Amino acid sequence: MKKAIERLYNGLLKENPTFVLILGMCPTLAVTTSAVNGLGMGLTTTAVLILSNMLISMLRKIIPDGVRIPAFIVVIASFVTVVQLLLEGYLPSLYESLGLYIPLIVVNCIILGRAEAYASKNNVILSIFDGIGMGLGFTVALTLIGAIRELLGTGAVFGYRVLPEAYEPLTIFILAPGAFLVLAFLIAIMNKINLMKGRSTGKGGNCDKLCEECSNHACMGRQLSVKEGK
Amino acid sequence: MSNLLAIAIGSAFISNVVLSQFLGICPFLGVSKKVKTALGMGSAVVFVITLASAVASLVYTYVLVPLDITYLQTIVFILVIAALVQFVEMFLKKTMKGLYQALGVYLPLITTNCAVLGVALTNVQKGYGLLESVVNGFAVAFGFLISITIMAGLRESMEYNDIPKAFRGMPHVLLTAALMAIAFFGFAGLK
Repeated sequence: MKKAIERLYNGLLKENPTFVLILGMCPTLAVTTSAVNGLGMGLTTTAVLILSNMLISMLRKIIPDGVRIPAFIVVIASFVTVVQLLLEGYLPSLYESLGLYIPLIVVNCIILGRAEAYASKNNVILSIFDGIGMGLGFTVALTLIGAIRELLGTGAVFGYRVLPEAYEPLTIFILAPGAFLVLAFLIAIMNKINLMKGRSTGKGGNCDKLCEECSNHACMGRQLSVKEGK
Repeated sequence: MSNLLAIAIGSAFISNVVLSQFLGICPFLGVSKKVKTALGMGSAVVFVITLASAVASLVYTYVLVPLDITYLQTIVFILVIAALVQFVEMFLKKTMKGLYQALGVYLPLITTNCAVLGVALTNVQKGYGLLESVVNGFAVAFGFLISITIMAGLRESMEYNDIPKAFRGMPHVLLTAALMAIAFFGFAGLK
């Protein structure tokens, strides 16, 4: 039980996929034009992450090591298709606004990264909790970015007007450059807090010498180091 | 012909894959420290996306549609892309040593580049035929090559700047990307 709670804490704060590991940047930047979209994308990804972690953990002794990456991808892609069809049927408005980024959950590095780094080595219960923790960490981050962009860009949060009418909305925040700006400042704030506490600034731990080259180390870094025989 | 040109300019500049569609952000932020590596990555992406668009378009028209299993497109496309990348790598290794040495390291990274799958899916969504898909794929990838190279050039020349500690690394890169995205807004006037 203690371990399960530790997993949740790990995903939400210690190894937050967005702010610390800097993974899954495409959906983080693309769909966070409003808090609702951020929340929807976060929860969709969480669902896929929990299901794929669970199944991969169950199958970890059956899947041969040599073909594990393709096997993981098939598992993830199947769950994404299921979730996509469910969203299309039951939440058509969310399906419309997330659009292309729902099938692209397949290539979200958080999911493949967790399958490779955690679910393929640990038991089912812990893997599920790891999925919940990571998924919630991602959801919180996306909702936060979405809320900030919506607040500055339209003066509202979750569709409710918060700022006074006199506030002139800065439309740029709900356009493409705003995504980069908001994320840059949020990561800088995280870095500042870590610096004040004397911790190293986050880029994730386990990618040896190639840290400079691989913001996306769970997928890219690992493959790169395999490639170079390290 | 003018239709193809419109697709090409639209995909390469007006809705640039990185700066306005947010696809392929991971390599854009991760592999853009040096112009040389950025060019290598960019060229590998151009190569793979153009090929993948053609293959995905063929698979969609001649396998998925006749069998009426288009809802499996995500799974099929990602497998086709993964297999294609493996195949291209083996083929280059055997036949074109020079090209392999230039692009080899980047090829395995491309499977998880969401731009590749993104382009394949967009082509289907917009109902492009084979020729249109290939042109669109090449244009999107060319847009990626341009933006990652500009980014690497900027990062190289800012390498020794005195940046506040909290902004070093990723925040600084993201701010640069924000400014580039604003600049690319200028192309919207071409519409």
